[in-house]
Amino acid sequence: MECQECHERPASLHFTQVVNGHKTEVYVCEKCAYDKGYMSQEQDSLSLHNLLSGLFNFDSFQLSDSKSPSASHREPQSLKCGHCGLTYDEFKRVGKFGCANCYKTFDERLNPIFRRVHSGNTIHNGKVPKRKGGQLHVQREMDQKRSELQALIHQEEFEEAAKVRDQIRTLERQLDSEQREGDQ
Amino acid sequence: MSLEQFMNEAISPWLKEEGPDSDIVMSSRIRLARNFDHIPFPILAGQEELEQVVEFFKEEYEDHSFGPYKDFEFIHMSKLNPTEKRVLVEKHLISPHLSDHAKNGATLISQNEQVSVMVNEEDHIRVQLYFPGFQLEKALEQASDFDDWLEEKINFAFDEKRGYLTSCPTNVGTGLRASVMMHLPALTMTQQMSRLIPAINQLGLVVRGIYGEGSEAIGNIFQISNQITLGKSEKDIVDDLKSVVEQLIEQERNARQQIVQQNGIQLEDKIFRSYGVLANSRIIESKEAAKCLSDVRLGIDLGYINSLSKTILNELMILTQPGFLQQYAQQNLSPDERDVRRAALIRERLNLEI
Ligand SMILES: [Zn+2]
Ligand SMILES: [Zn+2]
Repeated sequence: MECQECHERPASLHFTQVVNGHKTEVYVCEKCAYDKGYMSQEQDSLSLHNLLSGLFNFDSFQLSDSKSPSASHREPQSLKCGHCGLTYDEFKRVGKFGCANCYKTFDERLNPIFRRVHSGNTIHNGKVPKRKGGQLHVQREMDQKRSELQALIHQEEFEEAAKVRDQIRTLERQLDSEQREGDQ
Repeated sequence: MSLEQFMNEAISPWLKEEGPDSDIVMSSRIRLARNFDHIPFPILAGQEELEQVVEFFKEEYEDHSFGPYKDFEFIHMSKLNPTEKRVLVEKHLISPHLSDHAKNGATLISQNEQVSVMVNEEDHIRVQLYFPGFQLEKALEQASDFDDWLEEKINFAFDEKRGYLTSCPTNVGTGLRASVMMHLPALTMTQQMSRLIPAINQLGLVVRGIYGEGSEAIGNIFQISNQITLGKSEKDIVDDLKSVVEQLIEQERNARQQIVQQNGIQLEDKIFRSYGVLANSRIIESKEAAKCLSDVRLGIDLGYINSLSKTILNELMILTQPGFLQQYAQQNLSPDERDVRRAALIRERLNLEI
């Protein structure tokens, strides 16, 4: 079989592509697999692209499902990001956000999407940038220390527990003063 | 240029080192996706805004060093010819997307090529950090330190609820993609991979061939990475991947022993036939080359072949790709010409060892 892209070399690779719910089989040579982006080290390209197409089908299915007159009254036809100009419909079609503000603009509709992509998760639980994170950093550290304290008390290591309790107090004061600064 | 000289320049310095469990895990990678908070993502940013990002990276980081990652070289994509770009892709330092589609793409690469930053790829910033062998935790630690270093000067797009904001919903949260490249010939030979891949997928991990697709990975080389980036901490993401990789390593080792015990002579025959093909062929396609290289590497690991160095699979998988062949030949080559050059390069490389 010859390559479907260049019709020049023999097709040595086989890919399954799902676009808008239509499954297509693609037979290409190695060069075209690279050049046309079927194959790359970034996993976002193929497998996740498939995943995303599926996901947005799901999403549009839901939308058309709720196309009763009352529903369309409540929801504006096209939500638009005030910063980059991307509409929700465009977002659905392309599968990419246009800027950080899009996350705020489309916020209410994102949970089902994130749930599907991230195994039910919708809330970040990882690193916080040092400078920007500020209070959140302290809050996270406090939460961690509190569970540490619980464990120490449970293990009856009271000397250690006292130390951790003092650390928590210091953090509380720190958070307090930062909040007061923020209020001014 | 002699092949030895060419190879010295072509193979990233870190790849020449042997890491932990390197008989099975070829390399570990951490990738972090980040964006500037006030500039639209590359997909919608204007030419001027993208220029601003590029200029920032050039001014702030060109020729700078961070810890062991010294003398960052700044390269604008528009300054490279197609072969040069392709070589960077084949070295996994940049993505095909950055090479071919980025509007104002650039990259920052440390001298030892362990760290590369892609600028204006799908996100403004994509940091990649590589370690030889199985060293995910170390890679995460260093990548996080590097990220802190960038954050000293950059206001990242970050939201308390959603984490690091990325252009694609599949990267939001940690922006972290951790991956390992594994050589799994015995699990493939015993047809266990087709059973294992769905099980691994169930755990929220993605398995794919780097040089092929799915279970038909060329050269029996698989990339395993996390799919979920939101709702788990960086450490948990890496730990979960790590534990699956550990199990795969054990299963691969068991499968190798099993084959040696039950079909030792058949395996030895297969390995030496492949060695013979590599040492003697005059025309070889990349798929066949990869298959034979995989066999020979297994032969080295199992002690059937003692005269070759272990890095030969890593090296030749990279060097026999089209970009490198063209760079070595210093001219564009048709696919047929490449097959001839590939065979010659492999023979020459094997001769270096004897
Ligand atoms: Zn083709
Ligand atoms: Zn926007």
